[in-house]
Amino acid sequence: MREGTTPDILRLAEVDNVAVALRSLERGETVAAGATRVVVAVPIAVGHKLALREIPRGEAILKYGQVMGRATETIAAGEHVHVHNVEGLRGRGDLAPASAEKAR
Amino acid sequence: MTFEGYHRPNGTVGIRNHVLVLPSVMCANHVVDRIGRALPDVITVQHPTGCSQIGADFEQTKRTMAGFASNPNVASVLVVGLGCETNESKALAEEIAAQGQRVEVIGIQESDGTNNTIARGIEIARELLQEAERHERRTAGFENLIVGTECGGSDTFSGITANPALGHASDRIVAEGGTVILAELPELVGAEHLLAERATPEVSAQLYELIARVEQRAAAMHVDIRYGNPTQGNIAGGLSTLEEKSLGCIHKGGSSKLRQVVEYAVRPSERGLVVMDTPGQDIEQLTGMVAGGAQVVVFTTGRGTPTGSPIAPVIKVATNSAIFGRMRENMDINAGTIVDGVRSLEAVGDEIFDWIVAAANGRKPAAEELEFRDFAINRIGPSF
Repeated sequence: MREGTTPDILRLAEVDNVAVALRSLERGETVAAGATRVVVAVPIAVGHKLALREIPRGEAILKYGQVMGRATETIAAGEHVHVHNVEGLRGRGDLAPASAEKAR
Repeated sequence: MTFEGYHRPNGTVGIRNHVLVLPSVMCANHVVDRIGRALPDVITVQHPTGCSQIGADFEQTKRTMAGFASNPNVASVLVVGLGCETNESKALAEEIAAQGQRVEVIGIQESDGTNNTIARGIEIARELLQEAERHERRTAGFENLIVGTECGGSDTFSGITANPALGHASDRIVAEGGTVILAELPELVGAEHLLAERATPEVSAQLYELIARVEQRAAAMHVDIRYGNPTQGNIAGGLSTLEEKSLGCIHKGGSSKLRQVVEYAVRPSERGLVVMDTPGQDIEQLTGMVAGGAQVVVFTTGRGTPTGSPIAPVIKVATNSAIFGRMRENMDINAGTIVDGVRSLEAVGDEIFDWIVAAANGRKPAAEELEFRDFAINRIGPSF
């Protein structure tokens, strides 16, 4: 496995501010990715992400060392990071101006 | 490395030896189906296309049918048409013949009706089967092999286990002189820069142009791609954005240089890693890659997608042990063992590579044993 592995969560790159739950996590338990320790704030299903540190509203969500979206609200360490507090920045046709019709 | 394949007159090498009965238009589906019922050894497909199509949409449909019929896994083809369709059956057969493929053609109107056409079709297909039986496997190099890669029903483990393991296998295929197709363009959005930096400026520019086209389509429809991709299943599996899915998807292609970018259902002219412009929709993607000459496909899945091609073996890699256990009959390899801490990513990648070689030599993966015949052509325009 890669850097940052524990049996509980997986951080895919050193710079990442999220990690993936490798098993279902209970509220209140402490998990670690490398030297970063975090208390789980809500139950997190296997495969879902949690914040490794506070992520202010508007800040990039980093996974694989790359930008995978942006926080739509401030996310506390240990919180579930998913569609309710993250938006993608790409393929956002919903934000396109009306003139985008011409691109068809 | 080498494999034992069927050397075709046009210089390509197949890993299967199928006789295909192909409707040029949906109006011939019934006759094709009846020929297939009479002769279970032929491969038949059904589709809702081939008429009242125009321009680039019609060109793409015809190119896909011709490419699929000319895949080296197909020994010969019987095209069945109606007689008045846009995708005129004799013109389609000519295009297939131009690619060096053995082809016959019959029309329902010309044959005076359904039953006559079925009878004549059975007769021709029986001859083609007898002809195909005479072909034998002979040694071929990996430069003849095109491997399609695909992920469907992805979860967050796709980008951690199965896709990177497939990437390891892809690198080995390329190192042996073979070709790997990375496709599903919407699932490269947000990760395209990682591929572009491994390409010449020209290929890189082509890739960015294709990606821009995907986003323009979403802009023209005023929708967030997230409502369709990632799918509800992807989101339930933990994927939050298109970029996150893409960053996991891109691992399938490995780490070699990007050599070429091709349109849907176009056969690559370069060897090595190639990007094909297909949608993320699983069966349209699968059909496009096989029509572009892929003889074998490796398909990773987290939620459990059973799909398979009528003419190319599709090797299924589960991203997690739970789905591997629950859908065992649909799966060939368990990459979930990587997060279980049981096996290394490289060990699973080597197993995928070995499976590709075994499939090339005749071993049937689950989707082939289960006789999947999934076939769908990507439409890029409306019916008229």
